[in-house]
Formats: sequence, structure tokens, C-alpha cells
Amino acid sequence: MDFALDDDHLALREAVQRFCEGEYPAQHRGNPESAEQARQRWKGMAKLGLLGLPLPAAFGGSGQGAIEVMLAAQELGRALGGGAFVASTVIAGQLLAALGTPEQKLQWLPALASGEMQAALAIAEEGQRYDWTAPRLQATRTPRGWELQGRKTFVLHGDSASLFLVVARSATGLAVFAVDAATPGVRVHGFDTLDGRRAAHVDFEAVTLAEARLLATDGVEDAIEAALDAGIAALCAETAGAVEALLAATVDHLRTRKQFGAPLAKFQVLQHRVADLAIDLEQLKSMACVAAMAVAAGEPVQRRRLVSAAKVFASQAGRRAGLATIQMHGAMGMTDECRVGHYAKRLIAIGQQAGDAAFHLRHVLATN
Amino acid sequence: MRLQFTAAEEAFRQEVRAFVRAKLPADIKRKVELGLRLEHADYLTWFNLLEERGWLTPGWPPEHGGPGWNHVQRYIFDEETLLAGAPRIIASGIQMLGPVLIAFGTPDQKARYLPDIRASRTWWAQGFSEPGAGSDLAAVRTTAVLEPDGKHFVVNGHKVWTSYAQWCSMMFALVRTDPTAAKPQEGISFLLIDMKSPGLTVRPIRMLEGGTDLNECFLDNVRVPVENLVGELHKGWSYGKYLLGHERTGIAGIGSCKQQLARARQLAAQQGLADDALLQARLAQFEVELIALEATALRLLAPGQGSRTPAVEASMLKVRGTELRQAIYETLVDIAGPDALPFSTEAQFLEHLDEAAVAPELTAVAANCLDARKVSIYGGTNEVQRNLIARATLEVY
Repeated sequence: MDFALDDDHLALREAVQRFCEGEYPAQHRGNPESAEQARQRWKGMAKLGLLGLPLPAAFGGSGQGAIEVMLAAQELGRALGGGAFVASTVIAGQLLAALGTPEQKLQWLPALASGEMQAALAIAEEGQRYDWTAPRLQATRTPRGWELQGRKTFVLHGDSASLFLVVARSATGLAVFAVDAATPGVRVHGFDTLDGRRAAHVDFEAVTLAEARLLATDGVEDAIEAALDAGIAALCAETAGAVEALLAATVDHLRTRKQFGAPLAKFQVLQHRVADLAIDLEQLKSMACVAAMAVAAGEPVQRRRLVSAAKVFASQAGRRAGLATIQMHGAMGMTDECRVGHYAKRLIAIGQQAGDAAFHLRHVLATN
Repeated sequence: MRLQFTAAEEAFRQEVRAFVRAKLPADIKRKVELGLRLEHADYLTWFNLLEERGWLTPGWPPEHGGPGWNHVQRYIFDEETLLAGAPRIIASGIQMLGPVLIAFGTPDQKARYLPDIRASRTWWAQGFSEPGAGSDLAAVRTTAVLEPDGKHFVVNGHKVWTSYAQWCSMMFALVRTDPTAAKPQEGISFLLIDMKSPGLTVRPIRMLEGGTDLNECFLDNVRVPVENLVGELHKGWSYGKYLLGHERTGIAGIGSCKQQLARARQLAAQQGLADDALLQARLAQFEVELIALEATALRLLAPGQGSRTPAVEASMLKVRGTELRQAIYETLVDIAGPDALPFSTEAQFLEHLDEAAVAPELTAVAANCLDARKVSIYGGTNEVQRNLIARATLEVY
């Protein structure tokens, strides 16, 4: 195993860091974005090249891989930023790149990379928790193309996406369609999420689609799995970044806040919590690397196993770090004003996304 | 960044694996796999086999007989030997004193002691802890007073928790040479003491699991030649710290974790627990923790990818590695269920295994779990490690 970063990696990391310092002022991190902020930040990320980072160079991307995504996601995580980066660029973008025909890729990928539009994967359904392999949303052949009927839930950033990649059940098995949000019969019900972001439930009522809207029926499951794993790896990196910020905030707090005549940092019981947090952070960073390297290597069995292991760790240690840090900040840590709680919310939210710890633990178990 | 080991590293792994398979005697392998007691001769046999191949002292520089491996090779070696059922390397002479002598010893000390360590002719006892100085080594009270002619120290005191002292002919010890020093750390020296010296007595301590590998050593007017001082007078504290830094890297024990997790899986299958959801979830959780620990060890020890608190990386690995190992040992007891109850000190020796009241695989499980409590205590308790990690973190962030 080789964990070395080259100069390009370091430059990318520094650029994202600078962007985050400008766009996500420390005292506002985790606040819901105004529409104007979201637009500006999305434009900024496009300018930095982040929105096309893992997309093929032939379609407007920069053809980088999971390591670069990890570096960017870790910095975005540290600033509680990134908006729909994981949902639109990493997951939907890469799925489109994997399954789309050249015409379809040309139609959407450059627009994704330039930030003109966002895409979102519509995969979850009510009552199925994290198992997406047997969707009820039905795709039926019609003389002119296809008709979709059904409902998708928890589409992350679903109310800012203009394109949905919809996972459906057809007569021959799983199929993925590219559906404009503006298509008649598509109804988007947006809502706020725990971490101050947005998601949507989306109804598809007799949605009529042209044949050209079908991405693929072959190799769909593998491609979805690969795209989700890439997204999970990015979430693991975000977790490491967020916990790094939490550790810094906690150290700052313990050194300045006095109780019983001494700075909190003098109390051994708190020192030991800091030590455990510091160890968790190093392991989270390592797991982010492991997940990214597994995605980059691309061998599916190993990738699934290691990405799942990383997600188990990120879900558990991320939440643990968030909640422990609130405790170490005392009641202040529970206020909306203190940023610590916003990190905790994001970490809890990441833990429940794309498979929670128990779900991925079963994956690890299955590969033993 | 790359997930795979290089072709050269994989070839090295195969080489180590083939070596252990060919050379490790079956009875030793069986003892290790069943968690039974190893005797002095077992270690000597294995260490001599390793030394013949030039592999006993991976951490030593090549001019002193080390193989010149990088950290990845050392890691692979530890993992492969332990997974194949080889005894672990006992740290004191090879991993602790050796590096100190190489860094701070006189040419004469190096010539005199290093070859004997490699040939396992001399086993070294670690004379650090005392009844009043466990992890707080700055509190050692054993005194060494230089005789007026300047040729000998006279040592008086009481060392404790000395591993394998019964097999050792030499001891390296921290002794107080300047009781008036301003700071307790400043008046300590590092001495090499012949265990056969008049006035030195060894008394075994019987431990929870029935073993007697730990000892107390009483030093009553023991005369030690002045040439047995390592480095400078009163500077022993820094050599001790150097030595423990070397030790902690190894005592993360990732290879041992893997060894015991494999044992747990095997036992679980034998005990009909292959489909026990609770147990399997626990084992999968260990698997995750182990992946995180292993990746962290390789990442932190690799050049250029360290943490912001590099001085305490070894402490981090020690804390997580030892606590994980203990959790796996506890799970072994759970896997044994009621069969963890029968206990016989005798049956933990291979020759008496058939006297055990349970299957051979389960004979030593409870004893092993108890014995494993030591890993979070030795080398500086995990509480002390957490203090170090916290202090560094609070400064750096």
C-alpha cells in the first residue's frame, strides 16, 4: 500500500482549502444555504474544476479519479460545504458516464461539469431502507418509448436537480432512465434534511419518455454499485474533514474555557476524550484513503468490501465524534449558534446515507 | 496512492510465507495456535532459524546484521509470521536494547553484546519498573553509587514485572545516579547488569492465568563495572524513552490481532456459531477496526503522510491495537461459552494437553484472555499513552 500524495494532489487540496475559506465563513458553517449562496458556491466549484473532477475529459470533465475526489471532499467536509457535489458530480455524474451512450453523455456531462445543471440519482423507495435492488417503480414499454410509474424517496438535492437518473424495474430487469425534472407527471416534494441541506421525494405519474431517455438495461446493477461506492468513498472523506474541524474546535474550546479555576484542557478525563478523538481522526483519514484507493483500483469485490468497511467506520466514528464534541462543549455545544452541533448533524446525516453502519457491516460479513 | 502492495512486496510476502511453512516446527506452531505455553527452547529454536536466514533483527541497520527492510517489509514479515503460527519476537534484547546500544553504546559494548543477542546466547531482562514506578518511570528509586575508585557502581533496589528474568543472563536497568537532580528525570542512568552478580535475586510472580514469566528482582549491593554504563551518566532517561518509542510501534500488535481474529473465526465455526448473528456482527466489526488500524499503521509509518502529531503516532497505534486485541480475546471466551470454565495450569503445556477437560482448541482461551490484560499495561499504560496523545494534540491543533 502506498499513501503518498504527489504535487498535483497537494495543489488541488490547497486550492479547495482556499475556496472553502472564502465561501464558508467559520461562523456560518452548517447554516442552510440561501438560493443565492448556493448558486455562487456552485459556480465557484465549477470554476475550480470540482464539478467535472471525476468526469471524462472527452465530455468536459478533468478525468481525475477517486483520490482527487477524496482530497476535495475532505476539504469540503472540513468546511461543511460542497452542496450537491457528491450527489450530482460523484454519484449521478459517474453513473451517467458509465451507462450513457455517447450522445447522452454529450447531452448532459458537459453541462454538469460546467455547473449549468445538477443531476440526482433517484434510487431509494419507501420501506426499502437501503436495498435498492428490487425497485417497485415500474418502467413499461410503449409504442413511442417508455412510461414510468412510481415513487422515489430521499433523493438528495432532488429539488435543485434538473435531471433525475431513475432506477426502475422493467420487464427484463433493472433499468436506468434520465428524466428531466420538468417532464409532465414528475412531481418533486422537497424538504429540509437534518444537516440543513435539501432532499426530495419524487412522484412519477404516467411519465412518458422517449426511447433516447433510457440509459441502459445491461450492467446496470454493477454500474450503480460502482457509482454509489464512489459516492460513499467521498462521504468517508467528508467525515474525516468534518471530524478534523471538530477536533480543532474542541482543542480551542478546552484551552480557553476555564472551570474550577483551570482551563478544561488540564482535566485528564477530557484529555482522554481528546486522545480518543485524535485516534479516531487518524483512522478516519486512513479509511478515507482506503475507500478512495479501492474505488480507484476498481476491482468490484475488493472495492465493495473496503468501501463498506470504510463506511461502517465513518458512520460510527463520525457520529461518535460529533456527539462527544457536543458533550465537551457543554450546553453551549447544544446551541444553534455553536458550530459544533452543525458538524454533529452532518455526521449523523452522513451515517444514515447510502447504507448505515449495520447495512455495511453485513456487506463486510458477507465477504469474510 | 495505491491499494495494492507492489509485486516486489507480494514476492517478499510469499518468501516469508514459504520460509515459515518450511521451517517452523509443527509442535511450536501447534502451541502458538492453541495459545499454549511456549518454553525457552521453543523461542530459541525459532529465533535461531530466523537468525540463520538473517531475519531476527529487522529493525537493526545492515551493518549490525539487520536485513535492511523498509517499514512495509517489516509489516509484512510480522503479519506473515504471526498468521502462520510462529512465536512472537520477545522484545527486550532484539527490539529494545539492540537499537539503544546501536545508537548510544560504545564500540566495545556493541561488539560485546549485539552478536550474542542475534545468536540468542544472551537474553536480556528489562529492569525498568519498580513497585513505586510503573508507567511513571521518572520515579525509579533503585540507586547506583559510583565507588570512590570510579571502577564500579553499587546498585541497590527492587525491580518488578521483569519478563522472562528466569531465562535471562543480563539486565538493562534504569537506576538513579543523582538523587539531587532538579528534575526526577535528570538523575537517571542506563546500566547493563549481569544477572549472576552476587546480591541479585530473582523471584517469580504468579499471575492470574497461572504463568510465572514475570519476576521481581532484588538488587542488594550489586557491583556493576563502570564500562557497563550506556551513554552518559545521568542521561539514562532519554535512552529509556528512545527504547520505549521503538517498543510501542511493535506493540500495536496488528499481526497478533489478525492471528486471534482468524482463531476466533475458526473456533466459531467449530462451535457451530457460523450463523450466530450477534457473534458474526462482532467479528465483522473487528474486521472493520482491523482494516482501519492496519491502514493507519501503514499510512502513519510511511514517509510524508503522517499526522499533525507525529511524536505520538506510535502511542495511537498502541492504544487502538491493544484494546482491539483484548476485545477479540474476550470474544474468544464468549465463543467457548461454558467450555471457558475448565481451567488447568498444567494443561496449558502441550505435553499435558490431553489432561484438559475441554477440547484442545479451548484449553487456553480463558488464560489467554486474562494474559492479554497486560497489553494495555506494559510499555506505558494506555492511560499514559492517552495523556501523551492529548498533550501533543492540545498543543498542535
